Amino acid sequence: MAILILADHDGAAVTQPTRSTVAAGAKLGEVHLLLVGEGAATAAASASQIPSVAKVLVAEDASLAKRLAEPTAALLVSLAGGYSHLLAPASAAGKNVMPRVAALLDVQPISDVAGVIDADTFVRPIYAGNALATVKSSDPKKVATVRAASFDPVPATGGSAPVETIAAAADPALSSFLGAEVQKSERPELTAARIVISGGRAMGSAENFAIIEKVADKLGAAVGASRAAVDAGYAPNDHQVGQTGKIVAPELYIAVGISGAIQHLAGMKDSKVIVAINKDEEAPIFQVADYGLVGDLFKLIPELETELDKK
Amino acid sequence: MKLLVPVKRVVDYNVKVRVKSDGTGVETANVKMSMNPFDEIAVEEAVRLKEKGVVSEIIAVSAGPTAAQEQIRTALAMGADRGILVEHDGVLEPIAVAKILKALADKEQPQLIILGKQAIDDDMSATGQMLAALLGWGQGTFASKVEIADGFATVTREVDGGLETVKLALPAIVTTDLRLNEPRYASLPNIMKARKKPIETVKPADLGVDVTPRLTVLKVEEPAKRSAGVKVGSVAELVDKLRNEAKVI
Repeated sequence: MAILILADHDGAAVTQPTRSTVAAGAKLGEVHLLLVGEGAATAAASASQIPSVAKVLVAEDASLAKRLAEPTAALLVSLAGGYSHLLAPASAAGKNVMPRVAALLDVQPISDVAGVIDADTFVRPIYAGNALATVKSSDPKKVATVRAASFDPVPATGGSAPVETIAAAADPALSSFLGAEVQKSERPELTAARIVISGGRAMGSAENFAIIEKVADKLGAAVGASRAAVDAGYAPNDHQVGQTGKIVAPELYIAVGISGAIQHLAGMKDSKVIVAINKDEEAPIFQVADYGLVGDLFKLIPELETELDKK
Repeated sequence: MKLLVPVKRVVDYNVKVRVKSDGTGVETANVKMSMNPFDEIAVEEAVRLKEKGVVSEIIAVSAGPTAAQEQIRTALAMGADRGILVEHDGVLEPIAVAKILKALADKEQPQLIILGKQAIDDDMSATGQMLAALLGWGQGTFASKVEIADGFATVTREVDGGLETVKLALPAIVTTDLRLNEPRYASLPNIMKARKKPIETVKPADLGVDVTPRLTVLKVEEPAKRSAGVKVGSVAELVDKLRNEAKVI
């Protein structure tokens, strides 16, 4: 039986974490992608070019427009008969929908899969990534979310899968969408960025984040934040990197004024190269950093911006 | 209206967990245990709804060992009215907990159930959504704001890229994100009062729930450790290393 993946998309293309999920799914069998909501058809045309996808399913019914959990889960359950595994990226959307699907199928979901051993056996982080558990599921179908940082995304182009439009399942009509406040940014998405620069509580204010943003723009980096910085109102909630925020694994992660609580490390310690800039020489962040720089960030960050201009 | 608030006993968030040398799990003997931090936020939200007069009774539930009574007492000290302990030694997966909570919800008929968005031990982030599915209720997960009026819950959710607001017909499920509120500390008089509040104890079997785990843990291991690198003396040296040694910029 094939593998069904619920894709995240922006109305133009599927997200990079979705392509990482395809990479995980391809280890298990033939991958079909499901795109729902506004703009799904346009994104599906692009998704059909992903080489390891055998079929793209599109549902654009009005009840699915905003990808509410209840009708999306109902649709997945209606399709489940033809699939051995139902996967989604471990994004806010995937984490919202997949456990609902699992309960409707009487299955224990496997959240945040970081490794695929075989069709029944998966590796997943527990305790903020301080331990890795290998679990074997006895459920007849598997429902799982996939940790994008653990799988290299498959390419976006090169294939040509057929696109099939499907109807929505009956809408349980339990919730309605009132609105969204989406942070518009020219910078790359945190979970897909090649470079991430994050600020902590030591940034002192939302205005001070501007010095990090300048460096981010020089590097083409995404901006992240520690929980402390988000709680203090210095950065928006969707910038949070950590156990309960976003999990990132960029080529380069620059932690500025972040002490390095276990919960933050859980969100970034799989980065390839880590730089820590902190005035406290004893800060735990230095224990995971490849390059550490001790000093006042308000002096060092503007210096870094200038230095990046030099060739 | 009645409100149900489930609380989980977990290893305290300040404890640095250690993987057992035999690879069967993490060390939990003689380790400080606390209420899951997201559940504290759930209890706080429940108590605030009661203080506003929206909620008439708060029932705190925990599924776990006898000692999980401590976490129920904490919820009672924060302002919950009574407790239910669903006593079970051994693993309870989210699917089992969701079934237990469904059975209790069928009996108690709450209009709202507020849960933490994830437990910091298994990091599953599943029970709330699963319970919503089993009850056939709407779900407002990862909530940063909750308003209850005229038979509806309006929930602002923390999603990738920002915030989203959904309206749920009651009864409904809400799961809490970090910025929903800041939980209170229970005062000493309230801790004393909580000792007199009733806690009913039942077993999963009394509720007709089979809690047999669906996942077998084959092994638990420590992730690869990162070793500390080098300290650089200047910004220029850092940029040089990133350009010429790590080759990442």
